[in-house]
Amino acid sequence: MTESAQDGEYDAWLDSIESDNGYYLECSNGHGWLPPRRVCPRCHDQDLSEVDLPESGEIASHTTITVPTPQFEDDAPYVTAIADFGPVSVTGLVRDVDPDDVSIGDVVGLDVGERVTTGERAVVFRPR
Amino acid sequence: MSDPRIAGASVTHFGKHPERTGRDLFAEAGLEALSQAGIDPDDAEALYYGNFMGELAEHQGHQGPLMAEAIGLDVPATRVEAACASAGTAVREAVKTIRNGEAEVVVVGGAERMTNIGTAAATDALAIAADDLYEVRAGMTFPGAYALMARSYFDQYGGSHEDLAHIAVKNHEHALVNEHAQIQKEITVEDATEAPTIASPLGLYDSCPITDGAAAAVLTTESYAEEHDLDAPVAITGTGQGGDNLALQDRPHLAQTPAADKAADEAYEDAGVGPDDVDFAEVHDCFTIAEVFAIESLGFYERGEGIAAARNGETTRDGDRPINLSGGLKAKGHPVGATGVAQLATVAWLLDGSHPRADAVPDSTVGVAHNAGGTVASTTVHIMEVRE
Repeated sequence: MTESAQDGEYDAWLDSIESDNGYYLECSNGHGWLPPRRVCPRCHDQDLSEVDLPESGEIASHTTITVPTPQFEDDAPYVTAIADFGPVSVTGLVRDVDPDDVSIGDVVGLDVGERVTTGERAVVFRPR
Repeated sequence: MSDPRIAGASVTHFGKHPERTGRDLFAEAGLEALSQAGIDPDDAEALYYGNFMGELAEHQGHQGPLMAEAIGLDVPATRVEAACASAGTAVREAVKTIRNGEAEVVVVGGAERMTNIGTAAATDALAIAADDLYEVRAGMTFPGAYALMARSYFDQYGGSHEDLAHIAVKNHEHALVNEHAQIQKEITVEDATEAPTIASPLGLYDSCPITDGAAAAVLTTESYAEEHDLDAPVAITGTGQGGDNLALQDRPHLAQTPAADKAADEAYEDAGVGPDDVDFAEVHDCFTIAEVFAIESLGFYERGEGIAAARNGETTRDGDRPINLSGGLKAKGHPVGATGVAQLATVAWLLDGSHPRADAVPDSTVGVAHNAGGTVASTTVHIMEVRE
């Protein structure tokens, strides 16, 4: 990966969230996935369409990471969570909440933020 | 179809050997395994070799032929990469090769050099087993991933960090007599619960160490072992492999490991045995919670019940079905690409009575090795039985 090259459908997906048009991919049988996908891994359906992401999701699990990789050195400690948005779940950094106050079931919205360490874009969750 | 016999096996010391090259680590294990087997090296027909992060730790790809050369063999050599299940997957390839009648003697092994690049870079390297776009870029480390699974398990089934501490205490105690183990130090439940947090709810003693090491084994057909009068009483009678979505976010459950369920089901059916027949197991406890997932997927416990096994003394060396008598990854260490073959060697030694913890499982006839990659997106399960 060169610095200038984007990651295709992934960066386009981040763009969509930044412009409040976040979506996921849904197959004919209602299975949801995040791009890039050409086929539903569950039912082999290749007819995937873009569907609007629900505005909020619930934290399914979370962890406060104190020993990071070098790319997150200045971010630590930080909270990484998986949030359930119904048809899809998304992994992101929880922002605007004290790490000790994050709980399973918390309602969050999806946003794009920056990593403290590198300034690169990252999926973030903020309380709703 | 012949069930492969384990004719010889060897592991290096697992620990911090930052100055030792991967090829030297593997040469030590491989040459000793060949020597133990007592075969003519010219009879070896293939090498399957597990390695995960050689490009990052040693700037070394294309390790198959390099490692064959390191143990003096001129054979087709294939490197297998399945994250932390690399060596277990290599074992499966070796088993299939022998069963298919394509070879009578196959060397299988693995090596990983990790401590030479330091903890931060090793943490970074291990993270590439996760989904880079959706997990690593959201700050997920491997302890972080298992922490997400642990918290989900506690939420769905109950259990506590103290339950996990009992697993760490057990595996540390098991390793006290294992001279190959990285950590030979007894710990208490309090040591584990009060240790610094790495990724909540997991602390330092929930995590396996970063390890340099290698392991190797020589597998032969039953007929080759008989014709050459080899001392090879242990056979690999069942093999299974399962997969799952790479990213945790794409799985229906965060507190289950269906890849291991699939691998276990296949291996049991292949061997014609069931969980109740198993005397002991070596399982992939890269984190304490991973041992819980493993013993549930192997059918030793119902979902939600594996968490209490160590606390209840059921999986300790004096328990009904000891788990990780070697000390597991937790205390023995986890040179990623070598682990699956080290487990195989441990099970063989426990079955033939030569392991220092064999006294915990006298007269045992069936042992299991469970090797998991990533957040259990890859798993192999191998059943081993005594066949005099």
